[in-house]
Amino acid sequence: MSENARLADLMAEKAGLVSAIVSRVKTLDEAFAYTLDVCEKKEACQLLPAGCEADLSTGAGALCDAKLGKIIAAPGLAEETATTLSELCAERGVQFITKGMRKHLAGVDIGFTIAQAGIAETGTCVLDSKSEELRLATMICEVHVCVVPVSTIRETSFEVESLLRAMCKDFPAYVAFITGASRTADIERVLAIGVHGPLELHILLLED
Amino acid sequence: MQNARDLKEYRGEMQGALDNDFLRTAMDNFAVAYRASRIKAFAGMDVDGLVQEIAKAKDQAMARMDELFEEFKKNAERQGVTVHVAKTGHEANEIIARIAEKAGVKRVVKSKSMTAEETHLNLHLEAQGLEVVETDLGEWIIQLRHEGPTHMVMPAIHLSRYQVAELFSDVTGTKQEGDIQKLVKVARRELRAKYVQAEMGISGGNFAIAETGTIALCTNEGNARLVTTLPRVHVALVGLDKLTPSINDALRVLKVLPRNATGQAITSYVTWITGPGECEASPDGKKEMHVVFLDNGRRALAKDPVFSQVLRCVRCGACANVCPVYRLVGGHQYGHIYIGAIGLILTYFYHGREKAKNLVQNCINCGACKASCVGGIDLPRLIKEVHARIQDESGHPLQSQLLGMVLKSRKMFHTLLRSARAVQKPVTGGTPYLRHLPMIFARGQEFRALPAIAEQAFRDQFEAIKPKVSSPKYRVALFSGCVQDFVYPEQAVAAVKVLAKHNVAVDFPMDQSCCGLPVQMMGEREASRSVAAQNVTAFDPASYDYILTLCASCASHLKHGYPDILGKDPKLAVKVQQFADRVIDFSSFVHDVLKVEASEFRADGKTATYHAPCHLCRGLGVTEAPRELIHTGGLTYLPADEEDVCCGFGGTYSMKFPELSAELLKKKLANVERTGAELLLTDCPGCIMQLRGGLEAKGSRLQVQHVAEALAERLK
Repeated sequence: MSENARLADLMAEKAGLVSAIVSRVKTLDEAFAYTLDVCEKKEACQLLPAGCEADLSTGAGALCDAKLGKIIAAPGLAEETATTLSELCAERGVQFITKGMRKHLAGVDIGFTIAQAGIAETGTCVLDSKSEELRLATMICEVHVCVVPVSTIRETSFEVESLLRAMCKDFPAYVAFITGASRTADIERVLAIGVHGPLELHILLLED
Repeated sequence: MQNARDLKEYRGEMQGALDNDFLRTAMDNFAVAYRASRIKAFAGMDVDGLVQEIAKAKDQAMARMDELFEEFKKNAERQGVTVHVAKTGHEANEIIARIAEKAGVKRVVKSKSMTAEETHLNLHLEAQGLEVVETDLGEWIIQLRHEGPTHMVMPAIHLSRYQVAELFSDVTGTKQEGDIQKLVKVARRELRAKYVQAEMGISGGNFAIAETGTIALCTNEGNARLVTTLPRVHVALVGLDKLTPSINDALRVLKVLPRNATGQAITSYVTWITGPGECEASPDGKKEMHVVFLDNGRRALAKDPVFSQVLRCVRCGACANVCPVYRLVGGHQYGHIYIGAIGLILTYFYHGREKAKNLVQNCINCGACKASCVGGIDLPRLIKEVHARIQDESGHPLQSQLLGMVLKSRKMFHTLLRSARAVQKPVTGGTPYLRHLPMIFARGQEFRALPAIAEQAFRDQFEAIKPKVSSPKYRVALFSGCVQDFVYPEQAVAAVKVLAKHNVAVDFPMDQSCCGLPVQMMGEREASRSVAAQNVTAFDPASYDYILTLCASCASHLKHGYPDILGKDPKLAVKVQQFADRVIDFSSFVHDVLKVEASEFRADGKTATYHAPCHLCRGLGVTEAPRELIHTGGLTYLPADEEDVCCGFGGTYSMKFPELSAELLKKKLANVERTGAELLLTDCPGCIMQLRGGLEAKGSRLQVQHVAEALAERLK
């Protein structure tokens, strides 16, 4: 087994332990298809942004009204890539956005990103989040689909240290290590997913 | 929070906690689950090696705190961050209030920060007319209840879903049910609205990295990301102890912090923020960012030869998670702002003597915290040191002063014990227990039968049983400790019997006295030092190969406590080190040195379970020897649950906090009895006193013995 394959397997295993949903894709097109698929299936079971079905105070409830239709947010993609995804979204009747996240703070369905690196031993995605739009997209989305190119996966955090340092030195910088979905155990230590950020994290290991 | 005026009031508060069934069940479940998940999280890792590395790196960093601060400041200011340093908590609050005022802030969202709890930041900002909303779910819950956290990582662990539902019903104005998943979603929506409105976000900081001027934050919920992104102003309030030289140091701590806190390999989010980035909510499209460093004594602590190590703390909360007392009473009783063992120490430095004075006495000295601290902080020792300082500052209670005085004179102490034997007849009723103690001694002690003083002290029997050895294999001096000398001499007699079989020359230096741990526990430093010096002198360590003791507490105090207490005394430094190097516990000596074999014992197939004394398994790191001796001695070993959790004795602790001691004992005995064993073996006369007393009080027939007795009885 090649080193890359071994690390990809380890990454898949460890990310799975924190309930990330891991799949393999051969191309970005496959990743797009997967994402639209998730988006489509998601709508069947979840029409409203998470929590909106609950009895809320007026202020919080009002925020729920702001959401219309299905949205995929993918800031930070190269122009050509963005165009491809945008066209695919249009075909499926999904709104595609790359900016204006602050208008969608009630939530978007999917945030789509491509990670700069993966840390296999913890199943972590390393994401340059300098762009406010990208950062918000990964927080207000209910499903975060993160593509991790297999060639960028390292075994330990120490092996991404120099990358992290370089990113931090290119200030202003905002780097995110993301491992699994947003979670809490603050009520009776019962695990609950999606307290503030995404309800699901999908990791697509891209065989590049 | 500590508001009790005296120890009596404090005990009253603890009784309240003990009576809270929900809390008790929640804490028990947590303690058991945490232990398992921690072991799993660290599986296959060299934890001790990592702890040593972290301790060393943190010590080095803290020694150059000012330098790291300057480096951080230079790097952060270059990026456009305003860096402040506050000497006191109040000053930090004022700085933040001024930032808010200048920026026209009305609403603030916060992510979790223990430092902000330390300074009571919310109260200060609210008094300035600002709306402050905590966004960490647990913090939000306790904020709604107007109370402090009961755990550093899980602040609302003391509350049930129904209590949360009630709170959320008030917030939303509609009735909420006790469905946790739904309640979490309600929080998601309610708090999302708050993020949108807030102009300022306040975070803490797990690391302030000097080389890059980066603030790093660990969260599971992701709330810190929203707090630091949506509002146009970001203020990070960070203790100076969070200054870290490099990203590498931060990554190293990151390996252990989440594992030790919650058994996770890493938190869901680790956020590295370097400088004020783009922010659409800002008129100029750029975030306003401030880092406020809090001193509040940290700079001075960094230079303190004894206490500087408390700055290694990474705020994982493990010292509370494993503390048997915390498990009984929860964080409102076992802390002020900072909770658990580290809280007992930090309260004194950050919130003062009045808040710390009762709290600091509530350590049973079992060492579970020290064994789980990823910074390798010697928590029990420092707690005792704080206790001693408080007594030195505000006066010693008569009780502990008297005990100190008595122990300083061996002759007076032993005379008192002998007199007690002479007059105890009316209270023993001819049994080995004190059955009719006058109320003044017995208050709260009904949970256990206290032993009587033995007919003949070990020191008075020794000449008659001393092994006659011509060319000995080892020369051993026996340190009996008070309990085996005067209460359970039969245990020491049993040990001598085993040693005699192996051609060991045994001495019993007659000038030995109490090891001094009881006075050390009570904060009587002078007495503790004096007794230690007497013992070292009494033994003249170079004349022996080993100094053997059957008391785990004595052994660990002699081995680790003495060099600490006497090591700086030029007259004793060498002797005390020689003394400490020779100290060995009975089980290790018999198992590792004498290497006894099964053929020496008559196997009778009786079943035995084991209680691991705190000061043996953690104090000396001895775990296998006694358990293997149970097999070697011809018994069948039946393991009990939580064998290494404290039995609740803790010496004087069980007299001071009998309610807690009784509860710990109850748990211990339940675990022991569940094994169905006929015998309960252990390696410490103190534990035996507690265990036997508890079993006697409840009329159990389970027999408690020292490992030495079980072996001696079965010698061929």
